Amino acid sequence: MSIAAETKSQVAELGEKYKYGFVTDIEMERAPRGLNEDVVRLISAKKGEPEWMLEWRLGAYRRWREMREPAWARVHYPKIDYESAYYYAAPKLAAQPKSLEEIDPKLLETYEKLGIPLHEQKLLAGVAVDAVFDSVSVATTFKAKLAEAGVIFCPISEAIREHGDLVREYLGSVVPVTDNFFATLNSAVFSDGSFVYVPKGVRCPMELSTYFRINASETGQFERTLIIADEGSYVSYLEGCTAPKRDENQLHAAVVELIALEGAEIKYSTVQNWYPGDEQGRGGIFNFVTKRGDCRGARSKISWTQVETGSAITWKYPSCILRGDDTVGEFYSIAIANHFQQADTGTKMIHLGRNTRSRIVSKGISAGKAQNTYRGLVSVHPRAANARNHTQCDSLLIGKECGAHTVPYIESRNPSAHVEHEATTSKIADDQLFYCTSRGIAEEEAVALIVNGFCREVLQQLPMEFAVEAQKLVGISLEGSVG
Amino acid sequence: MTILDIRDLHVVVQGREILKGISLSIAAGEVHAVMGPNGSGKSTLSYTLAGRQGYDITSGRILYQGEDLTALAPEERATKGLFLALQYPVEIPGVTTMNFLKAALNAQRRARGDKELDAMSVLRLVRETAGQLKIPEEMLRRALNVGFSGGEKKRLEILQMALFKPTLAVLDETDSGLDIDALKLVADGVNALRAPDRSMLVITHYQRLLNHIVPDRVHVLSDGRFVAEGGKELAHELEAKGYAGLARDAA
Repeated sequence: MSIAAETKSQVAELGEKYKYGFVTDIEMERAPRGLNEDVVRLISAKKGEPEWMLEWRLGAYRRWREMREPAWARVHYPKIDYESAYYYAAPKLAAQPKSLEEIDPKLLETYEKLGIPLHEQKLLAGVAVDAVFDSVSVATTFKAKLAEAGVIFCPISEAIREHGDLVREYLGSVVPVTDNFFATLNSAVFSDGSFVYVPKGVRCPMELSTYFRINASETGQFERTLIIADEGSYVSYLEGCTAPKRDENQLHAAVVELIALEGAEIKYSTVQNWYPGDEQGRGGIFNFVTKRGDCRGARSKISWTQVETGSAITWKYPSCILRGDDTVGEFYSIAIANHFQQADTGTKMIHLGRNTRSRIVSKGISAGKAQNTYRGLVSVHPRAANARNHTQCDSLLIGKECGAHTVPYIESRNPSAHVEHEATTSKIADDQLFYCTSRGIAEEEAVALIVNGFCREVLQQLPMEFAVEAQKLVGISLEGSVG
Repeated sequence: MTILDIRDLHVVVQGREILKGISLSIAAGEVHAVMGPNGSGKSTLSYTLAGRQGYDITSGRILYQGEDLTALAPEERATKGLFLALQYPVEIPGVTTMNFLKAALNAQRRARGDKELDAMSVLRLVRETAGQLKIPEEMLRRALNVGFSGGEKKRLEILQMALFKPTLAVLDETDSGLDIDALKLVADGVNALRAPDRSMLVITHYQRLLNHIVPDRVHVLSDGRFVAEGGKELAHELEAKGYAGLARDAA
């Protein structure tokens, strides 16, 4: 079927299928290949970390040596050789930059190409950005304005040096060092990431945002994010991710920990667009991520929203521990897998406190030869009287060679709990496509329109500035999925 | 000037020949009706004109404004002014009606090289037309055709026809499933769009629609062939004799 010439030129404008696939030519400083105690020490030294942090890392490293990679997910990939990768790569800097003016202009250019202007005057109104390039955080904007409100938003390496007590109290308190293979690896070698602390009663005056970029080849990225919302505070945080096109697979193993104290609310949104590999399934990022939030205080709320369009492999289950009474956990997810992508993603809602509520809305879209699995756990503990959960799990299939799988686990140990699970599987029907094309909408645009409609409930959860971007991304990631 | 010229058209659907050599010519501004019983090939004709996949032309040709229509994809036909009002408009969950109309209007404008309309302009344009068809704002905010009544769906089809301003509109059983009030509303909408530069092909099972939309010519389709042709009075004759009677006369 022919595609309207206009659509073609529009798509061409967006660059190639993956427009973030460029490499920035910049001098890099790396740790030697492979992983051993010396590499861990080197990373810690590079960051100027205190002794306790180094010990924490070494403990994690020793533990990791004894662990095995998990194999329960519905993803298949060649064995990862942990000894041949680099665990630290940083753009070479003469000295730590004091301001944006001192940052390598090539780095700034990269972020502009990605649509993340770091210059404050060009920033979207009200969004503060921390940018992480390979292993180091290169700039955090709007620091001063946030400081006025008492909000700390800085690279985690800086927080370890300057807010050591806070980091020490909370780091590893949601995702323990021993949690799982990838989280433990991250604990040993994490190089940078973001740190947020919102003090009591403060509503963070702007959206906070981090942009992650993998640039160096054969390098893993292990960022670590820690967000603490003190009593009665509110913060909305968004992360975006891109990487260059490469034939090799690169490992990304991040850990994100959220802590909401009494009455606090954290809204965490992700637009994940790591390089997904080419149409034959070559290359792409292996994305093994541990994200967990702890509603530690009563009446606190944590809401995860994710738009997952990238990566060759996605293994990710942003979860909520509903520890405090009357706490609320939410998980809104769009996972798109096209060509040879494999996604195994979902959430865990652990109801510990009384009157805890959780809501799960998962929209999985599979196209090409992709496999997309929703895996979710709803667990109600004996003390969690009147716990409520509602799960809505919808899958959309495009074409005949892809797969959608739903694996819900429900454990209830309290008879007063109400747990509901709804699931649907549908296809984009020929008559829907024909209806659109007969009104002048070309097929690819029609698919994007229909899929965006399918995802609407989740897209509505994103902050306005990013919802439009995410809608476009949904269309682009499904290019070539029909016809 | 001839807008649509069909010559000896044979169409196969899933290995079965449905249209067995039909010819039809519509001049600018004319309204033609194709009448026929169930299974005579009426919907096949409309889908073939719109370019739906799976409707294969095995011989004959379709010229639209002198151009071979069969080489064009459905969206290209739409852009060139061909519009099909479907018998069963399709539901698209999550896509608001307004958003769909904007996407369609702008897709057509882009393809013609016109500037796209912003959300406000589309809203204004749609509101004007919707009022005439008694389509409430609230309906435009709902997902496309989801939970719409039969009458609402058909009115929305006519709203699109009014917005797209086609050169040739094919109305496929626009009367089916409508009560008399809804039928009148839809017919009024269609009549308001009659113009010297707009041709229509009204496909229907029943004569009653043609009391409201009075055609210039009537063609009777039976088992993939036209068995009778005439002026508007043919529709009344058909109503009196039934398809079987007419087919007997023709034989």
